[in-house]
Amino acid sequence: MTTADIINPEMTNNNTEHSFEALATQLLANSAERVPSLNGQLVYRCELNKLISVLNLLKANESLDFSQLSDLTAVDYPGRIQRFELVYQLLSITHNRRIRIICAIDEGQIVPSATGVYKSAEWPEREVWDMYGLFFSDHPDLRRLLTDYGFEGHPLRKDFPLTGYVEVRYDDIERRVAYQPVQLTQEYRDFDFLSPWEGDQELVHSSLNAESESKVNAKKDGYS
Amino acid sequence: MGVIPPRMDVPIPPGETQDKILNAVTDEITNKGFVIASADKLFNWARSGSLWPMTFGLACCAVEMMHAAASRYDMDRYGMLFRPSPRQSDVMIVAGTLTNKMAPALRRVYDQMPEPRWVLSMGSCANGGGYYHYSYAVVRGCDRIVPVDVYVPGCPPTAEALIYGLLQLQKKIKRTETIARR
Repeated sequence: MTTADIINPEMTNNNTEHSFEALATQLLANSAERVPSLNGQLVYRCELNKLISVLNLLKANESLDFSQLSDLTAVDYPGRIQRFELVYQLLSITHNRRIRIICAIDEGQIVPSATGVYKSAEWPEREVWDMYGLFFSDHPDLRRLLTDYGFEGHPLRKDFPLTGYVEVRYDDIERRVAYQPVQLTQEYRDFDFLSPWEGDQELVHSSLNAESESKVNAKKDGYS
Repeated sequence: MGVIPPRMDVPIPPGETQDKILNAVTDEITNKGFVIASADKLFNWARSGSLWPMTFGLACCAVEMMHAAASRYDMDRYGMLFRPSPRQSDVMIVAGTLTNKMAPALRRVYDQMPEPRWVLSMGSCANGGGYYHYSYAVVRGCDRIVPVDVYVPGCPPTAEALIYGLLQLQKKIKRTETIARR
């Protein structure tokens, strides 16, 4: 790849695009597998024990040069045997390319921290710990990031109730802000009848079948 | 007493009425040695004319609060100057979503304000949780933490609405007929 290719993305022809993908796949041949994706996005799945080595490989390889971890998050799939997915988004600044590493893990499994590879992983890992309760080993400072001091539970898990368990009020006698169990004058009302989680399941299925044509085509293209 | 005329803002012209009042005051002083007048009116005039709000912008409402302070609506013309310290403020404008984590800090800032003090709740979130009413992390109305004098509705309220709310607060202060601590 010449300097002109790097500076001007328009001059990057399909051949070099393809070789970039091929290089990434070849590099990760023993540790991660390519997942079908839309628009030629680079998406790979890997095992938890190979996660750090995959990140190391991608960062250290000079032809790929994934020097930045732009995001790190998790997804909760309550129905799956391995309940959570960790998602790492890497950015190669020199090549203007991104890559996504997905790693399925189970509840209670300990994740090796990526802070040794990417220092910027510190706060996103704290957020994942806060929101999903996934524990990272070797993290320099694994505290909650966003929720209240002394908060219990992990709000982005699907089984966490929307309104939580406690609410605050000022206690005039004790002269401080006190916690008490949640009391709602009116329950939360959800009018989204097509929601795949809380909606009317028959309605959801019929509406899904109605637009299944396009969905099936998208799946054939490899959208996951 | 019958000494104080009903209208404080209009000077009484010389004549029979003025003489009557002056004589009554003189009698009071010679008989008792002191005179009672409505000092509370004077205090309320002074207080409502220099409401110094505490800058407590929490979310997007703070932007409208800034607009109210800027040149178009110009809160300065009512003697309202934003203060960065609660110890120099009379009013706290709670502008935005109050979260559980922020609640103790808000109460502490309120406690640090010298009395008499007032609170203006600005926007749906501060009034009753608003869009985040059912959230696990948001206080359902800042009146659960501090006593509120004026509620300004809106999401966010316009700068005009905030000015209107502040003028309502001025009216409320002028109505007060006590000089005792609240």
